[in-house]
Amino acid sequence: MTIEIFMQQLANGISIGSLYALLAIGYTMVYGILRLINFAHGDIFMMAAYFMVFSIINFKLPWYVATVIVITASVALGVLLEKTAYKPLRDAPRMSIMISAIGASFLLENLATYLFTGVPKGFPDIKILTTAVNLGGVSLSVATLITPFVTLILLYVVLFITNKTKIGMAMRAVSKDFETAKLMGININRVISTTFIIGSSLAAIGAILWGSKYPSVIPLMGVMPGLKCFIAAVLGGIGNTTGAVLGGFILGMAEIMLVTFLPGLTGYRDAIAFIILIVVLLVKPTGLLGEKVTDKV
Amino acid sequence: MIDKLNNKKTKSSMNILLIILFASIIILLDTDTIGDNYIRRVLNLSAIYTIVSVSMNLVNGFTGLFSLGQAGFMAIGAYTVAIFTVPLAERAKIFYVVPQNPVLAQIELPFAAALILGGLLAALVAILIGIPVLRLKRDYLAIATLGFSEIIRIVLTNAKSISNGALGIKSIPVMPTMWVFFGVAILSVALIWLLINSSYGRAFKAIREDEVAAEAMGINLFKHKVMSFAIGAFFAGIGGGLLASLLATVDPKQFYFTVTYSFLLIIVLGGMGSISGTVIASFVVTAGLEVLRFFDDPLTLFGIDIPIFRPGFRMVIFSLLLMILVLFFRNGLLGQKELSWKLILDRLKRNKRTGKGGTAQ
Repeated sequence: MTIEIFMQQLANGISIGSLYALLAIGYTMVYGILRLINFAHGDIFMMAAYFMVFSIINFKLPWYVATVIVITASVALGVLLEKTAYKPLRDAPRMSIMISAIGASFLLENLATYLFTGVPKGFPDIKILTTAVNLGGVSLSVATLITPFVTLILLYVVLFITNKTKIGMAMRAVSKDFETAKLMGININRVISTTFIIGSSLAAIGAILWGSKYPSVIPLMGVMPGLKCFIAAVLGGIGNTTGAVLGGFILGMAEIMLVTFLPGLTGYRDAIAFIILIVVLLVKPTGLLGEKVTDKV
Repeated sequence: MIDKLNNKKTKSSMNILLIILFASIIILLDTDTIGDNYIRRVLNLSAIYTIVSVSMNLVNGFTGLFSLGQAGFMAIGAYTVAIFTVPLAERAKIFYVVPQNPVLAQIELPFAAALILGGLLAALVAILIGIPVLRLKRDYLAIATLGFSEIIRIVLTNAKSISNGALGIKSIPVMPTMWVFFGVAILSVALIWLLINSSYGRAFKAIREDEVAAEAMGINLFKHKVMSFAIGAFFAGIGGGLLASLLATVDPKQFYFTVTYSFLLIIVLGGMGSISGTVIASFVVTAGLEVLRFFDDPLTLFGIDIPIFRPGFRMVIFSLLLMILVLFFRNGLLGQKELSWKLILDRLKRNKRTGKGGTAQ
């Protein structure tokens, strides 16, 4: 293997890892507040990719207008999902909420299959993202190059919101103790909606960058990234935003390095995330940066 | 009339009557007196779904473990039957891209042996998976089991000398009689019923209700969880083996994790923690999914094309149904109760008294 190929794969790993990180933030925030795996998060990511396809190819919008529309539409979808599938079950047993989450995810996948058919749609070629840049013999697309920076900037924004603003303080309070926060007069529903807004907009940005890298949009494209990003969130310590980003990076690197150094095992690429999950849960169930949680009796 | 029914003698004779009715319908169908191949196929499929759903309810509904690995365990059972029952002469024709593993290529087992072996292998895998995974709480457990079912599928797609990869295995011998499916289904449901009403079953339910309290009462949490998980996997494997024999072909795509969602719908509809509810729901959902196939065909009414009827509509209805059930009818048909004459009579009486239909809970 030449050093160029290695550098190329390293850049790929970092870029995939930062895409995973964007989705993982959404999982970790919702889990931190609702203690719920938002199974449909990956499907919002998928819908965002479809929104992008329609606004650029069918409505011929310029990419920056389309980006705004896609983020708005995904946020609307995320909030709608919360209001219809999760809010009515707030006091229901945990298993019912999880089944509702699975049902919502399955519904979005089936709706996409029904409305847009299972035939892959080409993701629009956004010139500014897909142009190749040559860096010392390593050829990379702009999307690959800027993804890690976009992720880090967004991480900073999310950390700013959660640590420095009033709603962020409310989010932290709700995540620490749901009931007490409610008694203290925090508007729980507003906090939860904000969480879904942040998560969905990150998923939408992730989908745009993902589409520029893998330009094929299908109804089930969100399933595997969704599962993997939840694992990334667990790896980083669920509920911890920085941890989710770290987990995403590690997962992305692990996958790309497996493909690079053991090409014979390429078929098992999707399995590595689950192996990491098992190892983490056995060795350090709280994840890399998570706090220890004890069960109250 | 209702009060007359309410004594032991009438009840047991009603039960015997029902069993005779049920058996004669199967005999008539089986001897091709009534029905056609399509109906037989749907009923056989329902019997298989009954086995898998009841086993899933044992884990999810009775033990309170949120496991989503059913599709993977079915795949193990199905592939075991496929690999070991295809006649030796046909093997080279099927494994034409990558030759079959030389050891496996010499072994042919009778169907019953392969079926049980499939169940045992599924249970063995469940124990291996369960030891790390069952320490987890619900949400993690769901993701981990879902992940494992996908890993099993990924392995089956890649281990070409064992599973023939994405091409799948064809020419699996087909069983000549419906009794194979219904016999195994009745036996499986009966065994799970006995298990649930044993002291193990009570331990399972205690774990479901409150883990900490159950542990304080001296129940070994880990042992019972692994046991429930492995037994659930065993029957899912048996169900998978029967499915292989019903369809005569297996390939990894049949065991995509969305298959597990059908069983999830069944146990939610029947009632998490009700065996009779699950059995009824299995038949309703399986038959329903077949009937709903007309949604996928274009429909023309009075010369106007109804544009909503096209491929994929059936699955949209299916997932909407799951959502509606869990949002508005969380208890399903029977909740945690079992179907009995008493339950039916009580409901009839209540309806008579209030003069309203429906069975509000």
